[in-house]
Amino acid sequence: MDIFLQNLANGLSLGSLYALIAIGYTMVYGILRLINFAHGEIFMLGAYFLYYGVLIFNLPWWLSFIVAVILTAIAGMLTERFAYRPLRKAPRISILISAIGVSFFLQNAGIVVFSGVPKSFHRPAIFDHMFIFGNIRISSITFASIVISLIFLMGLLFIVYRTKTGLAMRAISTDIETARLMAVNVDQTISITFAIGSALAAVGGILWALKYPQIFPLMGMIPGLKAFIAAVLGGIGNIFGAMIGGFILGMAEILLVGFMPQLSGYRDAFAFLILIIILLFKPDGLMGKNVQEKV
Amino acid sequence: MSKTKKQLLTTGALILLGICILWAQSNFNNYTLRILNLSAIYAILGVSLNLIFGFTGQFSLGHAGFMAIGAYTTSLLIIPKYYKEMTFLIEPLIWPFSVLQLPFIVALLLGGLFAAIFAIIIGLPVLRLRGDYLGIATLGFAEIIRVIANNIPQITNGALGLKGIPAYTNLWWTLGFTVFTIFVIKRLIASSYGRALMAIRENEIAAEAIGVSLTYHKVMSFTVSAFFAGIGGGLLASLLTTIDPRAFMFVMTFNILIVVVIGGLGSITGTVIAAFLFNFMLEYLRPIEQGFDLGFISFPEIPGLRMVTFSLALLVVIIYNQNGLMGKLEFTWQGLFDFIDRIKNPKNSDEKGVS
Repeated sequence: MDIFLQNLANGLSLGSLYALIAIGYTMVYGILRLINFAHGEIFMLGAYFLYYGVLIFNLPWWLSFIVAVILTAIAGMLTERFAYRPLRKAPRISILISAIGVSFFLQNAGIVVFSGVPKSFHRPAIFDHMFIFGNIRISSITFASIVISLIFLMGLLFIVYRTKTGLAMRAISTDIETARLMAVNVDQTISITFAIGSALAAVGGILWALKYPQIFPLMGMIPGLKAFIAAVLGGIGNIFGAMIGGFILGMAEILLVGFMPQLSGYRDAFAFLILIIILLFKPDGLMGKNVQEKV
Repeated sequence: MSKTKKQLLTTGALILLGICILWAQSNFNNYTLRILNLSAIYAILGVSLNLIFGFTGQFSLGHAGFMAIGAYTTSLLIIPKYYKEMTFLIEPLIWPFSVLQLPFIVALLLGGLFAAIFAIIIGLPVLRLRGDYLGIATLGFAEIIRVIANNIPQITNGALGLKGIPAYTNLWWTLGFTVFTIFVIKRLIASSYGRALMAIRENEIAAEAIGVSLTYHKVMSFTVSAFFAGIGGGLLASLLTTIDPRAFMFVMTFNILIVVVIGGLGSITGTVIAAFLFNFMLEYLRPIEQGFDLGFISFPEIPGLRMVTFSLALLVVIIYNQNGLMGKLEFTWQGLFDFIDRIKNPKNSDEKGVS
């Protein structure tokens, strides 16, 4: 039981990070029907911005956290402006190639600017503290990542469901042309969507770097892919789905490694296995709308 | 233009290609030959992906997995016995691979066959999914194949990979298989099966309503595509002489996808052109990051700059050619003659039109 609870806490913490990143995928997909393969690289940028903020500009942690999140949001908006907006009317696959191009660009620009050598991410002492409940040991970073993620997820839900911008986002994801006719500023709303998704990815990236304190330009590839799986698992385009998908995936991975360590080599395949099994029974993901095609 | 004339022209072009290969094989240096071989392999992979994605409209991202199956099968069948004993130190190779050594062509075809069998097993359940869900599920299978390859050292030697694969691959093999792939896929598309595939691409429901079996045709297209992907993987293994599971990550599929989309989805000609452009560009951008000395000022070596330039070029190309370089156009002899005609007599080109 103790082992189970221990793994549960770790799974929740990993799952909350997946959820944060998955939201960026799902929001962009909901609006543009684009799999934003560059999202994992945005996640990487967040971690690097914090690293440089603390190390080079000697900013306090909380301030460089805010600066890093804002800078990453701007980076996300810039990718949309220069790589996706010119292709708005193009075939969908062309935008996907553009996203892959942006992903290659950011990875390699990262290698050029930050150098390919992994950097160790010094976490503040507060995150090394261990909470001990009976036999369960939960490090404060595990705890913090769950709490911080939940705060940001709440904030996101507030924006999407309680503000005018959120209404515009939902309108665009339902029907972009009609939304335009209803005087929704489509370009601006899409920009804001990218900014929010990227900001959440930055939070995820920073928490990830605090948890696994080593950063390198290709660090976004695998978490990005996993988060994307989480988004598809929950039904891509659906924000709640992305959150639930993230938690399911994080939990499943940790439990697999925790209870069947001999299978830990298969960890990266396990996420896909869950995804494929779920898709075979629910072809639109757990919470996705089953769109019946009319003839 | 008559059919016989076209066939004559095609035969002529093939003989010319043969002479070119003969000349290139003895006159080009190893570096250029390697790029040409790699381009031809990319052309095989691209044309096969174009069959399932461009012509059947099924978003498949599983090419790297099929390549891995082909590459491992081919390699295990052609590596000499003593090399296998040297490579498999931790866990010995299982029978029958430990004793078999087959000719290259048989090994390649078996590699393709294995990939095709896997495609049937994977395709039957997965091809019911649509659009991006299909893409991510096939990507998932490719990753699962790679992770399994990482975890069965008694067959794949795990993460260490296989070494000492005989370097049989040369231009005869790669360009020969490119021609063979194009021939088979072109014939397939021109047949009634091909019409059914394109009907599925345009509208699944309408296709089903007029009696096209969706499952049968999708799985058939997926299998043929995987067969050639397996052969491409085998050729690649013998070109590189060493493979490990990391070579078949999803980035490999992305490269092939870039080739197909840049060339023009649904255009075989475009894919072949893009395959050569892609590889030559990647290689000729290499000096950028090597650092150079201009006498008064010297630039240091900057790793990563090559791919930065490449990805920027990719973005520019896709933004200015939103339908790919060729769109859906194909090279035809008729088109070539019309083109020459138009250059010769620019005035009366309008009246002639399509003849």
